[in-house]
Amino acid sequence: MAPAAPKSGDVLFASVDRVNAELFTLTYGAIVRQLITDLEDVEEVNKQLDQMGYNIGVRLVDEFLAKSSVSRCVDFRETADVIAKVGFKMFLGVTASVTNWDAEGTTCSLILEDNPLVDFVELPDTCQGLHYCNILSGVVRGALEMVSMKTEVTWLRDMLRGDDVFELQVKLLKQVPEEYPYKDDE
Amino acid sequence: MIGVGKAKQYANVLDRPIGKGKQEVSLSAFAFLFSELVQYNQLQVDNIAELERRLEDAGYAVGARVLELLCHREKGNRRETRLLGILSFIHSTVWKVLFGKVADSLEKGTEHEDEYMISEKELLVNRFISIPKDMGAFNCGAFVAGIVRGVLDNAGFPAVVTAHFVPVDGQHRPRTTILIKFAEEVLQREARLD
Repeated sequence: MAPAAPKSGDVLFASVDRVNAELFTLTYGAIVRQLITDLEDVEEVNKQLDQMGYNIGVRLVDEFLAKSSVSRCVDFRETADVIAKVGFKMFLGVTASVTNWDAEGTTCSLILEDNPLVDFVELPDTCQGLHYCNILSGVVRGALEMVSMKTEVTWLRDMLRGDDVFELQVKLLKQVPEEYPYKDDE
Repeated sequence: MIGVGKAKQYANVLDRPIGKGKQEVSLSAFAFLFSELVQYNQLQVDNIAELERRLEDAGYAVGARVLELLCHREKGNRRETRLLGILSFIHSTVWKVLFGKVADSLEKGTEHEDEYMISEKELLVNRFISIPKDMGAFNCGAFVAGIVRGVLDNAGFPAVVTAHFVPVDGQHRPRTTILIKFAEEVLQREARLD
């Protein structure tokens, strides 16, 4: 049987079960507020959000691969494109664009204009060092690690800090060669 | 201290349009996020009651905001002042916005005057959750109970709200009942208004 053709982000988003974005947004807000109360230090909150995102990314990539019929990407450029056009759309219903490639094709920026995480949010003065959406960078890092790519993901621009868009820089550190032969039965 | 102060550059959040609330995200995105909320809180506590209390707190924060948002958007800046009004607001309006449907049922307790129940066959937050045997009666519905308490409390109806599993004959999975027990002052005021 020929492999199924990869599905577009729009088709995928239309086919999955969905919930109101406000429930998602407000729940995320409750998590961030709980972390701030518990940890009392924005750097620690940033770390914890990143860790939560990483845990999600590690699990989310399975569903992504199962539903999207995306096959192995030929290079990092294609990977970035798939994340922006298919991944973000399938889970969050928004599309990102990919820009600012470096000459080697190992670093790029994902630009988000819509971000369902930040509706109703305003950073108070006491939380200026907070990367409110740090969970997203963790998700991208965790998901890519599961497909053998070690990456470093950093926020360059953040609308909550007064920038005009969200800019997430993804830097490919190394491709981890897959262990072969696979030992599924262990 | 939390972070370092820096000059504000962004537009006030209140100046932004409120939105129609029709945007959606995938259910998995929510399920993954909710699961992280539960797992994180599980690490912070050493007993079930405490875990439920923390989930309820998180829900309370959501409920308080949902009330404000929906009163602006759906009710022309008015909120319910009567007991049955606020209960049906939760059962229909709040449930519909958050979970895409009205709640399965809203009933008055038969034994106590101050008790009401909202039941749901398959509560969204319990959909992907299985409770290990050693965690007994733990119910992730505590989060939804928190939402209900947040709405009620901020509308001026203080209450104790808890979530319980109720087995259903012939069904593999129990339904979830959100039990609302109003504070005495609420019933007294209600009696005066009648």
